[in-house]
Amino acid sequence: MANTGRRNFLRNTAALTGALAGGASAAPLPVPQTNREPGRIIDETAYGMPSKYEAHVKRRRTDVFKNRQNLSDWSMTPLQHQPGIITPNGLIYERHHAGTPDIDPRTHKLVIHGLVKQPLEFSMEDLHRYPSVSRFYFMECSGNGLTDWLKPASTTVQQTHGLLSGALWTGVLVSTLLEEAGIDPKAKWALLEGADASAHTRSVPMEKMLDDTMIVYAMNGEALRPENGYPVRAFLPGWEGNISVKWLRRIKLGEQPWHFRSETARYTDPMPDGKWRQFSMVMETKSVITNPSGGMKLKGPGFYEITGLAWSGSGKVRAVDVSVDGGKTWREAKLEEPIMDKCLTRFKAAWNWDGQPAVLMSRALDSNGYVQPTVQDIQKKRAIVGFVQHHNAIQPWAVNNNGEVRNVIGQA
Amino acid sequence: MSSVRRSAIFVAAFAVVACSSLPGSGGPGMTAKSSTGIPLGKTEPHPVQPLADKPRFGKPISEADVAAWNIDIRTPDGAGLPAGRGSVAQGKELYTAKCAACHGADAKGGAVYGTMVGGIGSFKGSPRVLTPGSMYPYAPILFDYIRRSMPMDRPQTLTNDEVYALSAYLLNLNGLVPADAVMDAQSMPKVQMPNRDGFLIDDRPDTQATRCMANCK
Repeated sequence: MANTGRRNFLRNTAALTGALAGGASAAPLPVPQTNREPGRIIDETAYGMPSKYEAHVKRRRTDVFKNRQNLSDWSMTPLQHQPGIITPNGLIYERHHAGTPDIDPRTHKLVIHGLVKQPLEFSMEDLHRYPSVSRFYFMECSGNGLTDWLKPASTTVQQTHGLLSGALWTGVLVSTLLEEAGIDPKAKWALLEGADASAHTRSVPMEKMLDDTMIVYAMNGEALRPENGYPVRAFLPGWEGNISVKWLRRIKLGEQPWHFRSETARYTDPMPDGKWRQFSMVMETKSVITNPSGGMKLKGPGFYEITGLAWSGSGKVRAVDVSVDGGKTWREAKLEEPIMDKCLTRFKAAWNWDGQPAVLMSRALDSNGYVQPTVQDIQKKRAIVGFVQHHNAIQPWAVNNNGEVRNVIGQA
Repeated sequence: MSSVRRSAIFVAAFAVVACSSLPGSGGPGMTAKSSTGIPLGKTEPHPVQPLADKPRFGKPISEADVAAWNIDIRTPDGAGLPAGRGSVAQGKELYTAKCAACHGADAKGGAVYGTMVGGIGSFKGSPRVLTPGSMYPYAPILFDYIRRSMPMDRPQTLTNDEVYALSAYLLNLNGLVPADAVMDAQSMPKVQMPNRDGFLIDDRPDTQATRCMANCK
C-alpha cells in the first residue's frame, strides 16, 4: 500500500481506537529508542539520500513490455508514491535511445548554425552567464500508456502512467540565443540534435522555438542528472518528451522539416485508413488517480481521499471531475494550488467507501474547454493497433469487495 | 534610475506580456498553429524580464568548423547527402559483418530487433509491420539514421560509402531497388518509397468528449 493510503489508514485507526476505548489506551506507548540514543552525526560533506525505509520508492524499467536490450529503453516514475506536483530528480522518468552518456561540461559545446546571420558556439560556462529562467512544467513521453489501451496489461499507475514527471526547469530561453545568432527570415524549422550515441534528432517549428522553448541545465535546484541530459538539454513545454532533446549539441535552422526517422517511422500515430498522423507533438489534456490505484488494497470501508494528477500540453488545467461508479455520475474535485501553465496539477476528492465494488475515474478539462476522452472516444478516430502513442484517455481503477484495486482500462 | 526611465521599462515589460508575438512571452494570443500548419498548443503568459543590454557570449564560428557535426539529411529531397557511393553487394557483406548479430540474417529479425524487411501493404490490417521498406516515406532516412546511430555499439564509425552500401542492401531486400543498384546522393532521393504519401499533419483535437455529470452511460 502506498504512503498516502497507509497514512489515511493510520489516522482512521487512531480515531476508531479512541472512540471505542473512551480515550484510554489499550497499551501504554513505550518511549522510542531514538529518544534514548544519539542519532547519526552530520557528515563533513554528503549528498542526502531518502530514508532506508523508503527504498521501495524507485524508478522501474517496464516489466510489461519485454525489451531484449536496455540501451534503447525507459524507466518509469513511481507516481503512486509522489505527493504534490514535483518529482524528485532521482525519480524523473528516463527514456533514451542508446544509453546515458557521461559528458564533461568543460568540453561540451552547443552550436547554433544553418539559417542564421552568424553561427555561434557556446560553452557551458557561456550558457550559465545568460539571465536564467526557472519554470515549473510537466514532461511526458508520447509513449506513456502504450501497453494499456483496449485491455489491461499493467498493474500499477507507475506502469500505466509513469512516463510522466514534474519539475522546476532552469536555463535560458532559446529565443535569447537565436536572436544573438540572428534568425534568417527564411528559417521556418529548427533541428535539435543530441551528443549521445543515437545522436537523437527532431525537427521543431520556429514558432515553438521562439515561444517557450528553453535550453535547460538544471532541474529542481541542481544540475541535470546524466540520464536527463547533463550538462544541457532542450525543453519544449507541453510537447512530447522525445522532442526535448537531451545532451544537446546542435541547433540548426532550416526552411523545411527534416522528416527524420524519429518523426516518421516512430512517434507517429496509426489512423484507420492505413495512414499515420505526423507532428502530433502537443500532449493533450489528461489526468489519472494515483491513490487509490492499481495494486493497492483499501483497509475496509470508510473515508479515503481520492487524489491524482492532471496536466495539459495546451494551457492550464481548469477542472477535474471524479467518478466512483464507472463514469455514470461525476463530481468536481478540488484543485490544489498552484495551477500552472503546462504543469502537473494535484486534484483531491473525499470518498466514503461503502465496501461495495466501485470503479474510480478522473476526467480533466483544460483552459481551452477540451475534455479528456475515454478510450472509446479515441478509438472512434484513431487505429488502436500496435504500440500506439499519445494515449490521454480516462483511466479506470476497479475496487472489489475486498478493497483490491485493479486496472480495468478498456473494460469499464 | 529616474522614475521616468523606470516606468518606461515597466511599459516595455507589460507590452511583452500583452503582445504575444514577441519571443518568450507566450500569451493568450499565441497562434494555435505554426506558419507551416503544425499545432503548437496554447501558452499562458509567463513574466519575462526585459533585457536592457543584451548579453552576447556566443563565440562566432564558421560552417566549416561544424562540418563533422553537420550530418543531418533533409530526407524528402536528400539535401545534405555527401559524396560517395555503395552497392547492394557491398552492403550485404557489411551487413553480415556489422549488423546481423542484432538484426538477424538477411535483416529478417535477430536476437535483439525484429524484421527490417517486408510489411508493405500491411497498414490497413493488424498488426502493421513497420520496416524501413514499409514505413519510411523517403529513402534518405536510411542514410541519415544509419550514419548517426548505427551500429549501436559503435555509431558514427561507418564511412559514407559504407552507409550508402547498407542503405542499398536494405532497400533491395525490401524490393525497392534492383540487385545491381548503387546508392549515392543522386540516386537515393529518387527511390520511390511506398509510404511516401502515408502521413497527414496533426489534426487534433479529434475527440469530442463532453462534460456529462449525471446519467452518463
